[in-house]
This record gives sequence, structure tokens and C-alpha cells, in this order.
Amino acid sequence: MNSDEIIRGTNHETKNSNDYSEYKQMKLGKVKNGTVIDHIPPELCFRLIKILNLEGYGHVLSSATNLISAKLGKKGMIKISGKFLTEEEVNKVAVVAPNVTMCTVTDYNVSNKIKLSLPREIKKIVNCNNPNCITNVEEVSTHFYVVQESPLNIKCHYCERTIDKEEITLI
Amino acid sequence: MIFTGVVKVDFKNKDIISINDLNKEEIRYILEVVSRVENSDCSQLCKGMILGTLFFEPSTRTRLSFESAMKRLGGSVIGFSGEGSTSRKKGESLYDTIKTVEGYCDVIAMRHPVEGSARLAANSIKIPIINGGDGSNQHPTQTLLDLHTIRKSHGKIEGLTIAMVGDLKYGRTVHSLATAMGLFNATLYFVAPQQLQMPKDILDVLDKKGIKYFLAENITEVIDKVDVLYMTRIQKERFPDPIEYESVKNAYVLKKEMLKNAKQGLKVMHPLPRVNEICEDVDCAEHAHYFQQAHYGIPTRMAVIALLLGVLK
Repeated sequence: MNSDEIIRGTNHETKNSNDYSEYKQMKLGKVKNGTVIDHIPPELCFRLIKILNLEGYGHVLSSATNLISAKLGKKGMIKISGKFLTEEEVNKVAVVAPNVTMCTVTDYNVSNKIKLSLPREIKKIVNCNNPNCITNVEEVSTHFYVVQESPLNIKCHYCERTIDKEEITLI
Repeated sequence: MIFTGVVKVDFKNKDIISINDLNKEEIRYILEVVSRVENSDCSQLCKGMILGTLFFEPSTRTRLSFESAMKRLGGSVIGFSGEGSTSRKKGESLYDTIKTVEGYCDVIAMRHPVEGSARLAANSIKIPIINGGDGSNQHPTQTLLDLHTIRKSHGKIEGLTIAMVGDLKYGRTVHSLATAMGLFNATLYFVAPQQLQMPKDILDVLDKKGIKYFLAENITEVIDKVDVLYMTRIQKERFPDPIEYESVKNAYVLKKEMLKNAKQGLKVMHPLPRVNEICEDVDCAEHAHYFQQAHYGIPTRMAVIALLLGVLK
């Protein structure tokens, strides 16, 4: 995939947004060096921007949601110029949206493309929702094991409490 | 009484934090060593070694039985009970306390009100840690002594039917025991008011393992079916409405007359302390086994200490 990919998006002038015959092509800006996150479930697009602390990002950031996807029906996409995600950030994305595709772009070309998968262990990303867990009482980094991927269920290394996806809060 | 085909496991320098860390073979091996301890002279095994008992909250049976176990192994004991007399009161972190005490003893038995504290302690130091209870989470030596009690009284654990009665929602003892009995193909009855029934995550684990269990609301429904009746206390404070508590409390109090339909070999167990959930007239029934159960804490903890210190293999 070239970062200058043309994507089909909804035409804002279309009266009936469900009329898919009215699509026009929409372009997201080129990324010279940075990261592209694709195949994001539309409802998670803004959440990913938030958890990656991109709301006040000082470089070019483009995002689109409710794009047409042959695979997902609708999808979101985020392009971040001048930023390569750390392992911790990639794991954060994997916890929230484990099936996205992540590309590293170098000099306008995709230098690395990975389909995310959940790590077996999740460290320093998720809060334990047991108020009497040692991670909420002392200065201890959280550590979870993935018990089940779908629907997501994780277990605290310390207090052994299990947490379902909808109960997860990120640090 | 010997398990067939017990596989030897090296526990030297390991920790005992959660019953969930132990597989069936490891549990069988520990129980085998408990039997060995009961039938041999172990009085010099831990000579010159020190057990640190770090009890950040009060305990009677657990702390005293750990201390007694170490002394019966020929070792000595240092420690405290309650935070009041420690630097914790001055704001010292658990990590700092445990790192300091590591240099004073060879093995630590710890009880702490916060869940996960024992795991943190074990991750922080090199000497073995035995979890003597971390909040409402785990108390693995209680489960081991429960299993030893059942094995002693019935000659086996495999395939027995056990009813757990009382507060099954918050009781760490019954959570661990249910999981452990599941490893031994037990049939389980959970007898509790609906709001204090066994939590879904424990039931999910049993479902995944194909363990047979039944939910019940009354002791009399199950009394003629079970080999072990494991009583726990229902705490009034768990009920938001006191009237609701009054309406259910008697269904979970065991009286001697309720045992008339029990199997001959039925044993009544309880992790103690009891308040009023077992009437005193049950104490003289042949089924009463809870004080014996508490006494089995000694050989069980002797075996665990000796295994972790590597003096028994």
C-alpha cells in the first residue's frame, strides 16, 4: 500500500448517506514518515486518537471514519506524520482494536505492515478495576494475562480478578 | 494411604501464592509429602532456619499454625502480627518492608489485607513466600489442608461429592476449594442465597473444565447426597436489607437434627472461625470434623515449608 492511497469516502454533500452509489473519492494527506492505522472499527477511531494522546499532536494528523471497506463494511483510518508508535502504544491499540492493520511509512513508502494481534500479556496499559488490588494501593505497574481473545477477557497477575472488554479502562 | 503414580516435583525456592498456580500433579505431590511428614520424625529438618511471619492483619489459626509448624521442624520464627508495630505505620511500602525482611529469614509466611500483595512480595525477593491470605483473593495452604483433611477422612479425593454452604460469593476459601476439587473430578453443590452464590468467573472455569456442579438454596436439599459438607459463615453486612438477611439466615445454620439423612461417612468441615452457622450440638456428632481439619494445618504447613526450603524432596 502506498501512503498516498486513494480511499473511497462518503460525500458530505450526498443527501442520503446510505446511498452508496453517490460516493466520491476522498484523499487523505500523504505521510512522508510516520504511521498509518487502517481497518479501524469506525466507532473506535476517535478513541484511538485519544488513547494515543494525539489530540494535541503538533504535526499533521489526518483521520477519516465511516469509509467503505470491502472487508468490514465501514472502517476508520488514521495517518500520523512524523511519529512511529512505541511498543507500548502498539499494545494499547491492540487492546482496544485488536484487528487493525498498522503500517510504518518511510519516505512515502510502507516499510512495515503488521496486522495487530493481542499480546498474551498486557503490561502498564490497563487499570485493574479491583480497588483493593495492590496495583491500586501501592506504586506497582499493572500486569494482565489474556484469558480469552473474543470476547476479550483478561486476568490481573496480582489479584487474579478477571475483567471483560467493556469493563476495561486504560491507564 | 498413597496416591498412585505421584510425580516428584522440586519446590525448592518456589513460592506458594495461589492454588491456581498448582496443577493436579503438584497438589498430589504436596499431599503425599504431608502424609510423609505425619508419619516421620521431622523435628530437626529445619534446624538453624528461620521463618518470618509477616501478618499485616490479625489471624489466629493461620499464624499460630505456621509458627507451630516451623518449630516442629526444628526451626525458629520471627515476625509480627498487625501493622501497628511496624514501619508500615510510618508509611513504608510493602516492597521496602519485604526487601528488608528478606535478609532476616529463610522463608516468609505473609498475610496482607490487599489482594495481590503476596504476588508482589514473591516477585520482589529471592527467598520463598507462602501466601497466608491476601485480602479476599487466595489462601492456598488453607485449600491444601482442606484437601488433606478430605483425603484423610475419605481415603481419596477423586470423585467425591462436596457441598459448599454459605457465603460463596465473597469467600476465598470456597473459591479455591471449588477450583481444586474440580481437578479431582468432584461433583459440587453450591448452597447459598442467590445474592451470595458462587461468582460467574468461578462457574465459567468449572464449565470449561467440564466439572459437574449444581446450585441449591437449602442444606436439606443436598444433605443426603454429599460426602463433605463445607460450611462457611454468612455475614449480615453482605445484605443491603437486614430483613432479607433475617429471612435466609436459618437456612444456612447446621443443626444436628439436619444430619439425620446424611451419608454415614459425611464429614462436616469449616475453615473457622464459626459464629453461629454450626450449632454446638453438631460438635459431638460423628460427622463433625472441623477441629480436626484445623489441626491438619500443622502437617500441611510443615510440608510446604520443608518443600520450599528444599529439606524435603
